[in-house]
Amino acid sequence: MTLAPETTDLKIQLRLAENWLTVCDLGTLTPGRGVAALLPDGRQAALFRDRSGRLYAIGNRDPFTGAAVLSRGLTGTHAGRPYVASPLLKQRFDLESGQCLDDESVRVPAYEVRAAV
Amino acid sequence: MTTTPEAGPTLVLVGHGMVGQRFLEALAARGLTATHRVVVLCEEPRPAYDRVQLTSYFSGRTPEELSLTDTAFLAEHGIEMHLGDPAERIDREARTVTARSGLTLAYDTLVLATGSYPFVPPVPGKDAEGCFVYRTIEDLLAIEEYAKRHATTGAVVGGGLLGLEAAGALKGLGLSTHVVEFAPRLMPVQVDDGGGAALLRTIEEMGLSVHTGVGTQEVLTGDSGAVTGMKLSDGSTLDTDLVVFSAGVRPRDQLAREAGLAVGERGGISVDAQCRTVTDPHVFAIGECALAVDGRVYGLVAPGYEQAETAAAALAADETEERAFTGADLSTKLKLLGVDVASFGDAHGTAEDCLDVVYSDSRAGLYKKLVIGRDGTLLGGILVGDAEAYGTLRALTGSVPPLAPETLVLPAGTGAPARLGPSALPDEAVICSCHNVTKGTIRGAVTAHSCTSVPEVKKCTRAGTGCGSCVKVLGQIVEAELEASGVEVDKGLCGCFAQTREELYETVLALRIDSYQDLLDRYGREEARGGEGCDICKPAVASIIASLAPAIGAGGHILDGEQAALQETNDHFLANLQKNGSYSVVPRIPGGEISPEKLIVIGEIARDFGLYTKITGGQRIDMFGARVEQLPLIWTRLVDAGFESGHAYGKALRTVKSCVGQTWCRYGVQDSVRMAIDLELRYRGLRAPHKLKSAVSGCARECAEAQSKDFGVIATANGWNLYVGGNGGATPRHADLLAQDLSDAELIRLIDRFLMFYIRTADRLERTSVWLDRIPGGLDHVRDVVVHDSLGICAELESLMAAHVAHYRDEWADTIDDPEKLARFVSFVNAPDTPDPVVAFVPERDQIKPDLPLLTLGLPPRALGPARAGETPFLEGAQR
Ligand code: SRM
Ligand SMILES: Cc1cc2nc3c(=O)[nH]c(=O)nc-3n(C[C@H](O)[C@H](O)[C@H](O)COP(=O)(O)OP(=O)(O)OC[C@H]3O[C@@H](n4cnc5c(N)ncnc54)[C@H](O)[C@@H]3O)c2cc1C
Ligand code: SF4
Ligand code: FES
Repeated sequence: MTLAPETTDLKIQLRLAENWLTVCDLGTLTPGRGVAALLPDGRQAALFRDRSGRLYAIGNRDPFTGAAVLSRGLTGTHAGRPYVASPLLKQRFDLESGQCLDDESVRVPAYEVRAAV
Repeated sequence: MTTTPEAGPTLVLVGHGMVGQRFLEALAARGLTATHRVVVLCEEPRPAYDRVQLTSYFSGRTPEELSLTDTAFLAEHGIEMHLGDPAERIDREARTVTARSGLTLAYDTLVLATGSYPFVPPVPGKDAEGCFVYRTIEDLLAIEEYAKRHATTGAVVGGGLLGLEAAGALKGLGLSTHVVEFAPRLMPVQVDDGGGAALLRTIEEMGLSVHTGVGTQEVLTGDSGAVTGMKLSDGSTLDTDLVVFSAGVRPRDQLAREAGLAVGERGGISVDAQCRTVTDPHVFAIGECALAVDGRVYGLVAPGYEQAETAAAALAADETEERAFTGADLSTKLKLLGVDVASFGDAHGTAEDCLDVVYSDSRAGLYKKLVIGRDGTLLGGILVGDAEAYGTLRALTGSVPPLAPETLVLPAGTGAPARLGPSALPDEAVICSCHNVTKGTIRGAVTAHSCTSVPEVKKCTRAGTGCGSCVKVLGQIVEAELEASGVEVDKGLCGCFAQTREELYETVLALRIDSYQDLLDRYGREEARGGEGCDICKPAVASIIASLAPAIGAGGHILDGEQAALQETNDHFLANLQKNGSYSVVPRIPGGEISPEKLIVIGEIARDFGLYTKITGGQRIDMFGARVEQLPLIWTRLVDAGFESGHAYGKALRTVKSCVGQTWCRYGVQDSVRMAIDLELRYRGLRAPHKLKSAVSGCARECAEAQSKDFGVIATANGWNLYVGGNGGATPRHADLLAQDLSDAELIRLIDRFLMFYIRTADRLERTSVWLDRIPGGLDHVRDVVVHDSLGICAELESLMAAHVAHYRDEWADTIDDPEKLARFVSFVNAPDTPDPVVAFVPERDQIKPDLPLLTLGLPPRALGPARAGETPFLEGAQR
């Protein structure tokens, strides 16, 4: 997670092992809404941007249903933590750590993400 | 076999009914189960259950749900229970009880709680097949079974409280039902002639046939020996297949008589003020089998509970607790049949010099009488047709009410509206007479035991857990107390807003706020301002802004600007999300009317995109299994063919179902299809606190099921009847009639007002059914507002709806015309041409279904590159 300066030609990049994967233009992301990205190994990530410009990325797969839909959930803050609620059964996931807020034993991957030229 | 006490003295309880169970609880509460061996002989095959609520079995309550105890309670207190084994003999000399099984128990203390038996008049034929009594769960099971197989008509002998309850049950079983009452009026014990007349009219209007002033002379039987009818004392006969005797109860004192215990002249085991039998200090009697010191046998549960506590206190020999049972109140409220009947205190005015205040309106089936003492004390009363004030009046009985008594019985709206709230009650007032709980105790539950809700208070005090008639007053007291003690009853929408949805609506409208962030930053809770909001208030506020968009000048489309970020996924993708991440599309088919050409188009689209199709419960066709990137392509095909996609998602109008109506149906009296189409087109796209459903039927046969809809319309010879607040789903509710015989224009104007008033005042996710039951004043209030314009807001409601109708746009067509919005419809932002590999299908019954095993794998089975997209066999021909 990094603070993204408001510049149009910035790209969103996701950290995968040593490399940064360029995903899309920063402008593609509506504040408060997510998008899904396909990773080279076939996995999927859900990317979000909040109203202050912070970026987040977690796994896109909803562990409760198996569907790749977390990018389509609604975001919010709970006790100061940013989260996304799965659009299927509404469990919430911490956007920074991937931890499920409604079930301690569940966690999705969290990715490092940045906006860069 | 004789058993001897293993440790401590032995207490034997005979009879495990409502009072018996309460007695066990009273023993446990005083620690007596620890010092005594407690053995229970129970005649029935199951432990104690709620006999008062027996009839609710017919409305779906199971015997398990009626149960008053569980094995955990018995085990915890070491209570020995012998089910289906009644006591048959008491040897007072030897102090033993012998049960039917032969089990003989030595006792130190014997408690009789054998209840009553239903009295069956000794008429010929009373034991024929098809004759029943109404007392136990087994009785009800037998009645139900017999009614199902052998009966279309039923008769109840006895028009008292229980008789009417039984009659209501028979009617509920689909039998045409008669009530035969010997006295000249119904409920002779509780109501007087005036009340009886009002009650009679109401009961007859409900479709029951009542015969008063006649007795049953004989039960007639056919060749098979089963009931065929009854001969009455006036010489007439009544055809019936089933007879239920409900002619009163008698105390079950046979066992006591045989043991030489004194019984009253008209039955009942004589006891003293501590419930000890007057004959033998080792034997107690409680409940309906006991004859109290005031010379009465009480046939209600509350006095029985009082006796159970009294006997337990006597056994505990607790000096600190002085208890005596010397008499009790006989207040009652009829629980069934939807008739409001209540009587309390000295209902018949037997006290010396007492006076009556009577209000009676036979046309409306209303009768209310208060009995007032010389000094103004409220002594009792009878309420028929409107028992709203029962809870308060019962509690005021014995005191001088703070208002003139006549104002308490006049109906609302006749000049002096005197709605006496529970705040007027003193702390000693008994609010729950079933459990003898005072207002002071209820307040204490809130202040001293920190209960913060009605359920908690019920659990803590038991108030409201008997007949339920006090729950309303209970709720008012709890709420007032919570507010008074400063407990913050947080009615806020969520963690971000302290306002209710209604308050936010008013704020948005009055200040023309068209942005969620603006609303949050200015009116959100301090800690939420400037933040992200949450998944509760975002869609709720989005819906408010959408319903008011034209009026406040907000952008019309739900994906415009900031709105896009607030929508649930369904609204965001304008389709319904399915379990595997695919979507369904449900084209709008107004009124369920569709041409063959359009049917073919739907078939072609579904075939070309490989979608699963199903006819919905809402007269439409659902196409399932579309991936995000296919949605705009599907809509394009639909729009080209003259369709729009429809809302099977969104808190918005769903469908207006219709029956075929006058055009084709031989019974139809109006064109229900045309009206349904008009309504669906008028209200489509209307955003509301919850989804809205409607239906129009062409005649009273109601083939469109309009009475299960949020707003339902039924044709009459003179126009339309409008019903509101209906609901199917998990908690079905029949709609209430709002207005009758409306013209087309009147109907639409009234629906406009009704819907806008609902949208304005309902809570988030509150269907009209729940809203109607919740808002103060209920249906009457809504009728006042939308029919009589009592708040003077109808013109505004109408103009808000007019603005909605004028600004409606097909949101799907708008989306495919807008490249920026269209850009969102891809599975992957970095690979727009690649479909989501998790959305895959397998065949079933000639169509597809989601590949569920694939979902459980967690990882895609193989790394799918863009090149291998669309490989799934069932998507052949799919357009992307
Ligand atoms: C498709 C359909 C079932 C079918 O195959 O027939 C259906 C499917 C769903 N219903 Fe329904 N209901 C469908 C008719 C009904 C009906 C019957 C009717 O409308 O005549 C009812 C009972 C009537 C009522 O609503 O009062 C009904 C009562 C519910 C409820 C319970 C509502 C309640 O007040 O208790 C829900 C849950 C909710 O809305 O919170 C629900 C929710 C749903 C959802 C939206 C659940 C969800 O979030 O995924 C389903 C969406 C399916 C989809 O993606 O398309 N559905 N659902 C029916 C669509 C009718 C249509 O053309 O619009
Ligand atoms: C349909 C219906 C509706 C009612 N509605 C109301 C109402 O609204 N308000 C109200 O206050 N009251 C109501 N009542 C009355 C209320 O149910 C009784 O007052 C209450 O059940 C009395 O409790 P009890 O324990 O004394 O008797 P019961 O509950 O009848 O229990 C007595 C038990 O003793 C058993 N028994 C009898 N003899 C023996 C024996 N020799 N050995 C072992 N066991 C024996 C019986 O089988 C029975 O199970 C209603 C009753 C009925 C039937
Ligand atoms: S409701 Fe009446 S008009 Fe409509 S189909 Fe049924 S019987 Fe015919
Ligand atoms: S009065 Fe019966 S439950 Fe309270």
